[in-house]
Amino acid sequence: MKSFNIYIIGVGGQGIGLLSQALLRGIDHAGIPALAVDTHGLAQRGGIVVSQIRCGDRVHSPLIMSHSADLVLGMEVHEVARGASLALKKGGTLVFPDVSWQPLPVRLGRSPEITAEEVIQACTVLGAVSIKLELGTLPDARMQNMALLGSVSKNALIPGVSKQHYEAALDDLLSGDLLKKNRAVFDGFAA
Amino acid sequence: MKKINDILMTKDPFEEILMGNEAVVRAMVETGTRVIASYPGSPTPEIAAAILSIPEDRRPFYFEFSVNEKVATEVAFGAALNGNLSCAFFKSVGLNVALDSFVQLSLMTITGGMVVVVGDDPGANSSQNEQDNRNVYQMARVAVLEPASPQEAYEYYKHAAALAKKEQTVVVLRLTTHVCHARQKIRFGARSKPVPYQTGFSRANGPYIALTTMALDMKRNAIQKLRRAGQYIQQTGLNREISSQNSRGKGIITSGLTFLSILDVLEVSLYRPDILKLGAVNPLDEERVLAFLKAHDEVLVLEELDDILELRVKALAYDHGLKTKLTGKTRDEDFVGEYTPDKTREKLAAVWPDLVIPSPALPALSLAVPPRPAQMCPGCGHRSAFFAIKKALEKEDVTVADIGCHTLGYMPPYEMGEILLCMGSSAGMASGLSLFNHQKRVVAFLGDSTFFHAGLPGLINTIFNRHNITLILMENGTTAMTGHQDHAGSVIPVENLLKGLGVESILSCDTYNQSKLTELVRTSLAVKGISVVIARHPCMLKFTRQKRKQPGFVQTHVDIDQDICTQTRDCVERFGCPTFTRKPDGTVFTHPDLCIGDGSCRQTCPEKAIVFGKEAK
Ligand SMILES: Cc1ncc(C[n+]2csc(CCOP(=O)(O)OP(=O)(O)O)c2C)c(N)n1
Repeated sequence: MKSFNIYIIGVGGQGIGLLSQALLRGIDHAGIPALAVDTHGLAQRGGIVVSQIRCGDRVHSPLIMSHSADLVLGMEVHEVARGASLALKKGGTLVFPDVSWQPLPVRLGRSPEITAEEVIQACTVLGAVSIKLELGTLPDARMQNMALLGSVSKNALIPGVSKQHYEAALDDLLSGDLLKKNRAVFDGFAA
Repeated sequence: MKKINDILMTKDPFEEILMGNEAVVRAMVETGTRVIASYPGSPTPEIAAAILSIPEDRRPFYFEFSVNEKVATEVAFGAALNGNLSCAFFKSVGLNVALDSFVQLSLMTITGGMVVVVGDDPGANSSQNEQDNRNVYQMARVAVLEPASPQEAYEYYKHAAALAKKEQTVVVLRLTTHVCHARQKIRFGARSKPVPYQTGFSRANGPYIALTTMALDMKRNAIQKLRRAGQYIQQTGLNREISSQNSRGKGIITSGLTFLSILDVLEVSLYRPDILKLGAVNPLDEERVLAFLKAHDEVLVLEELDDILELRVKALAYDHGLKTKLTGKTRDEDFVGEYTPDKTREKLAAVWPDLVIPSPALPALSLAVPPRPAQMCPGCGHRSAFFAIKKALEKEDVTVADIGCHTLGYMPPYEMGEILLCMGSSAGMASGLSLFNHQKRVVAFLGDSTFFHAGLPGLINTIFNRHNITLILMENGTTAMTGHQDHAGSVIPVENLLKGLGVESILSCDTYNQSKLTELVRTSLAVKGISVVIARHPCMLKFTRQKRKQPGFVQTHVDIDQDICTQTRDCVERFGCPTFTRKPDGTVFTHPDLCIGDGSCRQTCPEKAIVFGKEAK
């Protein structure tokens, strides 16, 4: 299989770890070799969190080269802008919810807030497909990651991986009430 | 659900997706490692998290968080002298703390064998520097294995353990951040039955006292052991060659994650140099390297951070009068940062311009993305502390930082803690700054885990030499920055310790009581000599996580009453909780995803416009 790169970006506390693991395990359940790596220096302190996944038979380092991501998943508008600027390849796909956690310079009034529309507009030069998710009300903000996972599944954004593979991944990673709640959000966005 | 503890304790061989750090724990289980000690620090804390996931009564080894890395090394060493295979693990700069003990280890007959796992951090992702600890291992005369992937991290730990046991010595497993944190499917072996804990220390196994002429004999012994380690490395094939049909007489010597970066670049190159991938970076397999040099016209030594391998390879080529063209680091930037596939491609293209296919430049996106520096969490007691302490200080007063979440106080809007070296250094630096300094007052910050780790000697020096500083102990009851590990403060209250040390001026309060804290700091600053303020509040990230797990938990939050708000913006610009969100028209709101409803912000609003949300009523 041709290699396929997924760049996931957000802010510490948004559940990138679970999203990345669910994707990695989903890809594995589909029988595709895959590698992942998290970069989360001071993640818990509201810093940037990036997780990268690479799949295919001929991938070696888990780190994606610049502008080589087939898929950029952002959990937050400023971060998806950052991720797209660094990683998105020509003709790649971008998925993100319309969620803003303002970075410090925005809160201090030193930098304007970036909007979802600006991101979509800017990415047209790359011929990118942008999918903006309307989240509505979720039982818990920390389940926004499941909305992204659902959207990846619904739009079949990772070649060869389908809904049942993501379901199996969630079964590996969660149990009980937490599994039920996360599955409900995932199912909602996967349908 | 696949539970990590069940995975780690599986009896028979299996395959599973794990992180490098977790794979190392499985290797500990398989090798019968019996005693493990650590002090937390990225990139290795998930080793501890995986260990702690196994309930203590099922854990096939003893584990402790020691007070610092030096003590962790000593505990593991002591246990290994009893005949137990032991391990200490910590982050890159942890080796600096451990060094005084660490450099002695190769002189000793470590009957049980000992593995030291050190997580270096190229790129300084979560460290105060990106030091290359390979510089130390030659001095310490220890064998060092360096995996490139989680699969190898698992395998190499097993090799390190086998070699350490065989030679009754210490072996280092050198991990780097993105090997620790990479995930892949790994093939694991069977678990061994735990052997009983050993208590067989005998000085007859020694010598263990490296004094006078003994130190030299012991060094001779260490040199021989390292030579034998070299033989083990040769026999086990830890260094391997990846040859190509199309190398054009070129070769690359490399190790670790850089090896994988090279493979990625060569996937789309015009030809493929041969690669000598070193699994052992000390001792250098000279025979292997020589043969590789002789077989190529041009060899590039491509290594992350310092030029350790390069200098030795060059010396070897010189000694043997080889004509092979050797290249290594040529620019300052070659010493800086992680050798990602991007950086590796750039370097390879600089050395061999005909090798790499240039990729077409993409149009840059017209997006100016503001940086996102790390922040103290919503509700963090340190934020209230900085907000309150700032009010007690004059502009010219000097504030000295230490390492921990509170280091983030250096950023706007607080801008306190202007100098930082390393863990536990604040009291010492502040003492030096206070000498002959009658105009400016000097304030040092120190976290509670760090207080025990390396802060005590500096503080005792301050008392002993009668320096004039105010120490603010940021007591949140945990080692917060690295993920909430327990520390000695849970057994030894800091206040008792300070009293025992004879500190006369000790004041304390909860940091949420901001006006009181301002007062206490003012009082403290007026004291001549050492004065201590304990600024106390539990880590709210830890606290909130625990609370959420309780039945019937209701998430509360605060709102800004827009009818009362006159946009003084103290909340967003001076208190600076990430919850406060500024709209383009200047109005301020609280963010429902971020607010934890602690209410510590309410006292910062001069208009009293911050009110509890309806759930709180
Ligand atoms: C020698 C060394 N070991 C470990 C670390 C990793 N580290 C960074 S901050 C920190 C803990 C600080 O805890 P504490 O002093 O209690 O401050 P808090 O983060 O809880 O505010 C640690 C262990 C380090 N930087 N240096």
